[in-house]
Amino acid sequence: MTTQPDAVADPASPADADGLPTPLTHLRMLEAESIHIIREVVAEFTNPVMLFSIGKDSCVMLHLARKAFSPGKPPFPLLQVDTGWNFQSMYTFRDEYIVNELGLECLVYINEDGRDRGVSPFTHGSKTFTEVMNLGALRQALDKYKFDAAFGGGRRDEEKARAKERVYSFRDANHQWDPKNQRPELWNLYNGLVHKGEQIRAFPLSNWTELDIWQYIHLENIKLVPIYYASERPVVEFEGNLIAVDDDRVPAELAAKATTEWVRFRTLGDYPLSGATPSRAATTPEIIQEMLAATRSEREGRTIDKDPGASMEEKKRQGYY
Amino acid sequence: MSAPGENITDIHEYLAQHERKSMLRFLTCGSVDDGKSTLIGRLLYDSKMVYEDQLAAVQVDSKRFGTTGGTFDPALLTDGLKAEREQGITIDVAYRYFSTTKRKFIIADTPGHEQYTRNMATGASNCDLAVILIDARHGVLTQTRRHSFIVSLLGIQHLVVAVNKMDLADYSEKRYEEIRAEYLAFASKLNLPDLEFVPVAALSGENVVHRSEHMPWYTGPTLMHVLENTPIASDRNLIDFRFPVQYVVRPDLNFRGFAGTIASGTVRVGDELMVLPSRKTSRVKSIHTFDGDLDVAYAPMAPTITLEDEVDVSRGDMLVHPNNAPRVDQSFEAMLVWMNEDALAPGRGYLIKQGAQTVPAQVSEVRYKMDVNTLHREDAVGLELNEIGRVVVELARPVAFDPYPRNRLTGAFVVIDKLSHNTVGAGMILDRGPDAAAELRSRLHASRGSQARQHESLISAEQRAKRLEHKPAVVWLTGLTGSGKSPIAFALERRLFDEGVAVFALDGRNARLGLSADLTHSAADRAENLRRAAEAAKMMNQAGLVVVAAFLSPSADDRTAVKQIVGEDRFVEIYCDCPAETAKQNAVEQGSNMAAFSDLAAPYEAPSAADLVLKTDEDSVEQSVDAVYRLLKERGVVG
Ligand SMILES: Nc1nc2c(ncn2[C@@H]2O[C@H](COP(=O)(O)OP(=O)(O)O)[C@@H](O)[C@H]2O)c(=O)[nH]1
Repeated sequence: MTTQPDAVADPASPADADGLPTPLTHLRMLEAESIHIIREVVAEFTNPVMLFSIGKDSCVMLHLARKAFSPGKPPFPLLQVDTGWNFQSMYTFRDEYIVNELGLECLVYINEDGRDRGVSPFTHGSKTFTEVMNLGALRQALDKYKFDAAFGGGRRDEEKARAKERVYSFRDANHQWDPKNQRPELWNLYNGLVHKGEQIRAFPLSNWTELDIWQYIHLENIKLVPIYYASERPVVEFEGNLIAVDDDRVPAELAAKATTEWVRFRTLGDYPLSGATPSRAATTPEIIQEMLAATRSEREGRTIDKDPGASMEEKKRQGYY
Repeated sequence: MSAPGENITDIHEYLAQHERKSMLRFLTCGSVDDGKSTLIGRLLYDSKMVYEDQLAAVQVDSKRFGTTGGTFDPALLTDGLKAEREQGITIDVAYRYFSTTKRKFIIADTPGHEQYTRNMATGASNCDLAVILIDARHGVLTQTRRHSFIVSLLGIQHLVVAVNKMDLADYSEKRYEEIRAEYLAFASKLNLPDLEFVPVAALSGENVVHRSEHMPWYTGPTLMHVLENTPIASDRNLIDFRFPVQYVVRPDLNFRGFAGTIASGTVRVGDELMVLPSRKTSRVKSIHTFDGDLDVAYAPMAPTITLEDEVDVSRGDMLVHPNNAPRVDQSFEAMLVWMNEDALAPGRGYLIKQGAQTVPAQVSEVRYKMDVNTLHREDAVGLELNEIGRVVVELARPVAFDPYPRNRLTGAFVVIDKLSHNTVGAGMILDRGPDAAAELRSRLHASRGSQARQHESLISAEQRAKRLEHKPAVVWLTGLTGSGKSPIAFALERRLFDEGVAVFALDGRNARLGLSADLTHSAADRAENLRRAAEAAKMMNQAGLVVVAAFLSPSADDRTAVKQIVGEDRFVEIYCDCPAETAKQNAVEQGSNMAAFSDLAAPYEAPSAADLVLKTDEDSVEQSVDAVYRLLKERGVVG
């Protein structure tokens, strides 16, 4: 076996010295694979939707969808399952960038019952809050619009238990994930046949890692919500996390203890549940550098995973993923 | 090798380097306890892809569950699935990720033992390379053979045999060489183009990422070195352009593009392209991407192609270069891996997904099944879960494909159950289709056999000939689609009728619409179509009629078979000779549906000893009819 490494290049410079096209880089391979998956779902399902959490994985997934249908727009709406407790800058990003600037349709679904009952992470605890606001809401939203396929930004490297996850994950009419009845996936041939009422979750980013995502954001200059980048922000300790004092719903006795720190957020969602990381990384390369230096798995900063008994499988069976 | 986790002094240089990495997908296979989990854990750990919190957990777990007496057990890094296995959750493949400065790696890890064939095939389908583990103490086992066979069946080009637990074999060179020789002897029977051997000790990490101090006799590369440097660029097929159309992008009236992933080959602006199966052609107007138009695109890019002309193209069609087309057929032979508890039932309706289309299909025959352990062939009626067999597949409409060894994407398909919608099988198309002539001969045989039991008519052939004042005969017109068989056949029928002959013209296209309306264009059905035509002609002969039959009948063997059914003395073979180009043009003008299939069968074999050759591109229909009429007179068919 020769030990010549492959010369790889971007499609921008598609030929090597011999005039042969050079192989795609890993990011371009991942990109092509994701585009293939997104197109396949849209071609085979009647009413797809893209779950859009406004986080970085969602933004990468949306970027890929825009590539897949260029020069047209993605032929499906986005769906944000809102709780009313996201960071303010996420709402701004959604309204000003996604809707106004990109001109995309973004449906927002909120569990009104939960909101009307005043379910709050500060008073009900993160577990109850998440269960009511998130788990129920996604199902209700999918039922309301009769979506038969929903794109999700999940990756297999996120959690040990996700390593075996298929690209197409099947759900019965009750949104149940039957672990014993998932289909083998070979080559790039995805089986999209469902019975009436059944649906799939499709994960175009399955083979991307945290590092790939950040490198791609850098390479493609993908716009993200600013709180991914470090800045001085008022923060306070809540349920073992350092959380942002993002609006005036933070209980006064907590808000009074707030201090101003250099922080950034590694995963976004509801601000009372998102742990801040002390950081000075204000650009994508700085974030990557920081990430490489301190390799800690990403979900650690998400309060929801720390709840006892709430394993990934459990949540998936309930329709979270 | 430098990996994430090291101190990075210049992040921009790091990013520039990492943005130019290639990607390698590989599969790890081994029997239980050969050390697969340990090896994968080692690769992740030594390439520093393990997160701090995971490592902390593993260190705790090493004390609690480890098999290593409390020291670090790399296997625990990947064993998140053990509990799920116990709960009976289906895990066919678990994917792991790590990267170095040179490459990003995707490991397909296939647990499970009973389901091994199915899982391995699934994991292997996308891999460039496979690592087969052998326990140095046990050597080549039955499972090793099975794994190697599946690796070669799924077309993986690079195989590394890792001889593990060398520490338990005293790091013995002799033992390693024994295993190597034993493996090579067996592997010579398989198609494994690139084979490497590495002696390792996964638990201590020797020769995995770091060189072993205990095996100075081994001068070859470490496993990581092989993974990082195996050249996969040359595995790409940049010649045969295949573009299965996945989606038609049509944002407004000004843009109509065909989106898909290039399965193989290269395409340039201005190239002439042919749409399959319609065979319409046009030129590439642009190769559109979100990041701007390209002059050239190649596999596995996923661009959107626009064409100069308004040709009909939809999802499931394939764009190719006209001078380099794949096969287009309604049937093929394939190696099929069965993946479901419900056994494969030949003759039952399934769906087949291949390229970007899903087509109703059936497996008409299981030729044999493979014993994956011995590689022997066995007779089989169906296929059970985890069995592999060679089958004949018949489809409801023609599809474009290549043999799997030539093209892993256009040669692969999955079988889907119509009721449960489960994926129940995975197939790899073989190089050749069923032999149409062999089919026909076997059917002909059946036709002849039945003659013995026939009742005799009370009217003899001579009595009929006397009444009609001519003899029966079959005038068989053969030639390319568009060579003018049908116009001549009908003109000849008119002429004979006017001369007082009891005559009937049996036309290939008409037969397809009635007599053979239930048949497809698969090889077996083409044979059946001819058999029916021959039997019908024979029956009309028995009634005393002269039959003028116009059939493409491309193969010389097929025509011989027809002649035998009809009877040699009554068969008159007329060859409508016409240049292929002219014939094709005529066929397109006449809108012949056969135009789409004209080269799907075996190429047209011109008769070597026809009773008459008509130059149909030069002579008029009247001239041709005259020539045939003269021949029939000479033969004494007509007075
Ligand atoms: N001595 C020694 N033991 C090993 C080596 N590799 C794996 N093992 C041990 O072999 C056993 C099976 O390994 P494991 O990785 O769980 O095997 P798997 O079933 O193939 O995943 C464990 O007890 C490992 O610690 C090695 O190189 N040397």
